Amino acid sequence: MTQDLAQGVNARGRAKIGARTLRTDRWWLAPVLTVTGLTLWVIYAVVRASMQSDYFVPAYHYLSPFSSPCLSDSCVAGSSLFGTPFGAWPPLIPFAILTLPFLLLFRLSCYYYRKAYYRSYWQSPPACAVAEPHKKYTGETRAPLILQNAHRYFWYAAVIISLINTWDAVEAFHGKGGGIGFGLGTLIMVVNVVLLWGYTLGCHSCRNITAGRLTHFSRHPIRYGLWQQVSRLNAHHMGFAWATLASLVVTDLYIALVAGGAFSDFRFFN
Amino acid sequence: MTYDGHFRVWRGDDGGELVDYTVEVNEGEVVLDIIHRLQATQTPDLAVRWNCKAGKCGSCSAEINGHPRLMCMTRMSIFEEADTITVTPMRTFPVIRDLVTDVSYNYEKARQIPAFEPPADLEPGEYRMAQVDVGRSQEFRKCIECFLCQDVCHVIRDHEDNKAAYAGPRFFIRAAELAMHPLDARNDRATFARDQQGVGLCNITKCCTEVCPENITITDNAIIPMKERVVDRHYDPLVWLGNKIRRREH
Repeated sequence: MTQDLAQGVNARGRAKIGARTLRTDRWWLAPVLTVTGLTLWVIYAVVRASMQSDYFVPAYHYLSPFSSPCLSDSCVAGSSLFGTPFGAWPPLIPFAILTLPFLLLFRLSCYYYRKAYYRSYWQSPPACAVAEPHKKYTGETRAPLILQNAHRYFWYAAVIISLINTWDAVEAFHGKGGGIGFGLGTLIMVVNVVLLWGYTLGCHSCRNITAGRLTHFSRHPIRYGLWQQVSRLNAHHMGFAWATLASLVVTDLYIALVAGGAFSDFRFFN
Repeated sequence: MTYDGHFRVWRGDDGGELVDYTVEVNEGEVVLDIIHRLQATQTPDLAVRWNCKAGKCGSCSAEINGHPRLMCMTRMSIFEEADTITVTPMRTFPVIRDLVTDVSYNYEKARQIPAFEPPADLEPGEYRMAQVDVGRSQEFRKCIECFLCQDVCHVIRDHEDNKAAYAGPRFFIRAAELAMHPLDARNDRATFARDQQGVGLCNITKCCTEVCPENITITDNAIIPMKERVVDRHYDPLVWLGNKIRRREH
């Protein structure tokens, strides 16, 4: 699997410099940070999603995004906003098993994350002008990577799931004794949802769907206007990608700590 | 402020070597100035391709400390005086001599792209386009054809065998320019990008965007839109169905 240096960047006719790269900066830092960040996040998400505990604060209707929507009879009373069409859940199976795979596939096929994991986990290439270790390369032309072309379908699913998360955030404006209330948990959930929408609507496929595929913007002023807004978000797609990973963890962790009794929710109002 | 800088420069053809030189460096100079001084004072046979010294002709592409860059746009002030600065030819193309490479691969790929095709019912002089419709494509017209994006693209840099099937970032922006052109009559640009240019080989790692001296957002504004158009055309059953119902050709 390892690249033969007589080929690759030292192929016949090219300057036979020999070294994999002549870069003198810390080009390895970005892939190391990416692998570390993504791996830690996946471990956290898998553990929390499969715990089936401390995911809901009944007093304020805080529901963790890792367990939303909760559609099982095993869910804590009050956490199932959309009913419980399914029976009791076996242990370790995430309550959000119906949505989490789509979110995972949405992020796996995301054009930003593709760059991130191709460069870091797969080292293809690890950094610009640094030779990759693979002998063969077929890009996204064959299975399974040709399935990256289904990204827009996972985006459709992500829009629906973002709507569910939005509803969860609206429910979080719940006061302790009923009525409207507002606590730190509410604020965290709202910020999380805003960031999720920033990431979802800034998607490259969304950009294509709004108007990117057109050749005459002038004939479609509304779609063009949407495309301009999506393009603005799209310019920060990497930032939203990482910010949402962080906000999902912060939201879930805060709810877990409040639900587990580590501390009480800081209330601004009711 | 003047100091003696330490340089390593590739000398010879594919079997050449990196040779050490000490060259005077003055305030405000760029790497191309140093190469010219080296040529004028120590190595009159040093081969280097250059023209405008203003970052607009795309001639002096090379690799400086491993980074694909224009020599005329790389200020010496970004280095420390104690640094050794290594200058090599672009490593994706065959070297002719010293810092000069054979970039004919790029011209072969350029020739393969079907030219702009105006609508059959319009005569020259009758073309009318709204600025809002051509704004996107104008970004791509900034390309100076330095081929640094081609040089850094690992698809061909690390895999010589892909050159036959892969056109590279510079020609994906040309494809996007034509595909987005409001008056281009061809409806097979996406198919051409997939089948003849190998856009599927690109795994969007954005190095082309990082090295572009004209700051063209190659990946986000050209390659990904072309990939999405390929999906529209070949992989999305909903788009296919919609086109069938509306009886559109594409």
